[in-house]
Amino acid sequence: MHPQLEALFSNFKGSRMELIQILQDIQGTFGYLPEEALLETARFTGVPSSQVFGTASFYSQFRFSPRGRREVMVCRGTACHVRGAPRILEEVESVLGIKEGETTPDLEYTLQTVACIGCCSLAPCMMVDGEVQASLTPKKVQEIFKK
Amino acid sequence: MSKMSYEEMCEQAKRDWQQLWRGAGSLITVGTATCGRSAGGLQVLRQLREDLAINNVDAQVIEVGCIGLCYAEPLVTITKRDRPGICYGRVTPEKVSDLVDGYLIHNDPLPELALGTLGEGQVEGIPVLSETPVLSPQVRRVLRRCGLIDPTRIEHYLATDGYSGLMRALTQSREQIVAEIKAAGLRGRGGAGFPTYLKWQFCIDSPGDEKFIICNADEGDPGAFMNRSLLEGDPHSVLEGMLIAGYTIGARTGYIYCRAEYPLALERLRIAINQAEQAGFLGANIQGSGFDFHIEIKQGAGAFVCGEETALIASIEGRRGMPSPRPPFPAVSGLLKKPTVINNVETLANVSMILQRGASWFAEVGTEKSKGTKTFALVGKIKRSGLIEVPLGITLRQVIFEIGDGILGDRAFKAVQTGGPSGGCLPASLLDNPVDYESLTAAGSIMGSGGMVVMDENTCMVDVARYFLDFTQKESCGKCVPCRLGTKQMLDILTDITRGHGRPGDIELLQELAIAVKQGSLCGLGQTAPNPVLTTIRYFRHEYEAHIQEHRCPALVCKRLIRYQINPEKCVACGLCRKACPTEAIWGEKKTPHVIDQSKCIKCGVCLETCPPKFSAVEKVSEPSPGDIAVETATEHEVA
Repeated sequence: MHPQLEALFSNFKGSRMELIQILQDIQGTFGYLPEEALLETARFTGVPSSQVFGTASFYSQFRFSPRGRREVMVCRGTACHVRGAPRILEEVESVLGIKEGETTPDLEYTLQTVACIGCCSLAPCMMVDGEVQASLTPKKVQEIFKK
Repeated sequence: MSKMSYEEMCEQAKRDWQQLWRGAGSLITVGTATCGRSAGGLQVLRQLREDLAINNVDAQVIEVGCIGLCYAEPLVTITKRDRPGICYGRVTPEKVSDLVDGYLIHNDPLPELALGTLGEGQVEGIPVLSETPVLSPQVRRVLRRCGLIDPTRIEHYLATDGYSGLMRALTQSREQIVAEIKAAGLRGRGGAGFPTYLKWQFCIDSPGDEKFIICNADEGDPGAFMNRSLLEGDPHSVLEGMLIAGYTIGARTGYIYCRAEYPLALERLRIAINQAEQAGFLGANIQGSGFDFHIEIKQGAGAFVCGEETALIASIEGRRGMPSPRPPFPAVSGLLKKPTVINNVETLANVSMILQRGASWFAEVGTEKSKGTKTFALVGKIKRSGLIEVPLGITLRQVIFEIGDGILGDRAFKAVQTGGPSGGCLPASLLDNPVDYESLTAAGSIMGSGGMVVMDENTCMVDVARYFLDFTQKESCGKCVPCRLGTKQMLDILTDITRGHGRPGDIELLQELAIAVKQGSLCGLGQTAPNPVLTTIRYFRHEYEAHIQEHRCPALVCKRLIRYQINPEKCVACGLCRKACPTEAIWGEKKTPHVIDQSKCIKCGVCLETCPPKFSAVEKVSEPSPGDIAVETATEHEVA
């Protein structure tokens, strides 16, 4: 077993109730859920692998393939939508050259939309690498990715 | 700290708190909750600390949560000794340097940068903050500590009556506590408005040794962030509420299910739980009462449906977040089939307040059937967007036009959406309706968790309905056929309508499908998904008809139904739009009015933004066209 995985499992008792936390830790460590890690999780918890995959695939947070180094999450919540989020998404897609759900060829950025990041008063917003960028305009989007 | 008694801890905390606010040096607070950070609060904080150090100013800086004036973030409050605090808005690193130099060193309070004063006393040229139009209609009770205390210090919580509710509850019987919650008239703040005391009573009456209390901090409604701000700004108030609830129903374990998209709230909760354990408010034999209670955090994983109580329970159990039929209700058979109470974050914060201040104090405010206050996230096309707390019964008009100061750009108000994807859009004719559970339901919407999205004349209500259906369709867990397929069909019909492919009878078809989806779904997601469609049809039917019969979008939003064109009488051929156009769709020679080639235009709107206001030559139009939309323009890019 991958040593990081062993270390990860040592923090848990191996009960069913810990399954989602285990998956979150695996993704935190590897950036996504490698198939082998999921099979090891099934062995560790005693939950059938079909159910491990079933649970993992239910939640939109989990990825089954490697992601870009930096996650770009454009908010498509109601407040952002009403203040022009679709245009912002267009601009991000144009600047990065990828569509929603895709990763740039150099594995630097992964783009997705999320339903709401909770920054509604400063709409439209997006999160880049965990940092919220608010009150966006197409111009600001260009400036943000120029760096 | 755990060796001290509660009284000793509070005394020391209160002394330190007094010292903080009235000590020799100045006290400066900087808002660094998520809103503050995204507006640049951390850069302001860094600059502030630098300037204070360089100039050797005697001042303490604490980071606080959200005071609710999100439109004016970053916010900095400076309290000099023996003076009222002054709250400054829209502070930048440059302005904070001006404040350090101007106010702290040279005693000039720079009133032009100030929003208002806090505390006793007045400062010339600056209004009292609580009397300004944005705050005077508000009654900040649940949020009273947010923006004033450092949420990472339990001492600040203790100094402001923290945990006094728990201490009182520990001396009472569960019947007394339930009676108090009943007398207060507290209704669940998660959206359904179910009487809290009754939910607790059902759980108490259910047989079983092991019971659970769960705090629903999933807050999935887009446009709602009230719970996030509370968790970031005053997490102990929620912990205290859980403790009181746990004690009353006889639970020894509590879970907080908080969505993963709230990393700061999760961090603050972890710190607060740790501190509460250290101080003896969590763990075994709490404050010597014999009551044991532990709280564990469970992180969500990106599923809106997990805000629904049975799906939430499934998620905590490590399973797919799919709802189960009720009865049995969680209060009877919930987590691990044991009696479980699930309460919203705000409900629990109200619980601690009721035990701290009393039921009659709580019920002083509100209406007959909707007692107390409610927090709302006032967002959208509103000038003063932010986190507000108002007495139930206040009118929509007061909220939007007094607190919110009306529509951005002074445009015309069109609708206000309450209740998120489960709610409805209410038109101008209902602005004088009171905000309470019954009135909102009668109007076709719901109170919901507190999201209040304001829309103006530039919002297309058909597009809004489509937007919400798109959301609920994506988030549907798929279990119930009417929800899984019904929402998809409704979405397809709405999408067709926004693209000019609507057909006569579509409105009636949507209404028919809505009934099927509502009646055939086993959880709140499906049961309420049609609401935005039904309310927009009820109040904005003319917009649907224009889209269907005339292929026209009155609000000029639906891309396939609008056109950008250049008015030849206004265009001076400056060429700015031509250079800005991303698809080179604009052509024209020098001194000739430019023209937009519709076959290349992707309706991005850059030309409209670029054309100088003094010319305003670019126009967006939507004209009636009775035939089929035959020409598919280059707008393949439909963003959901």
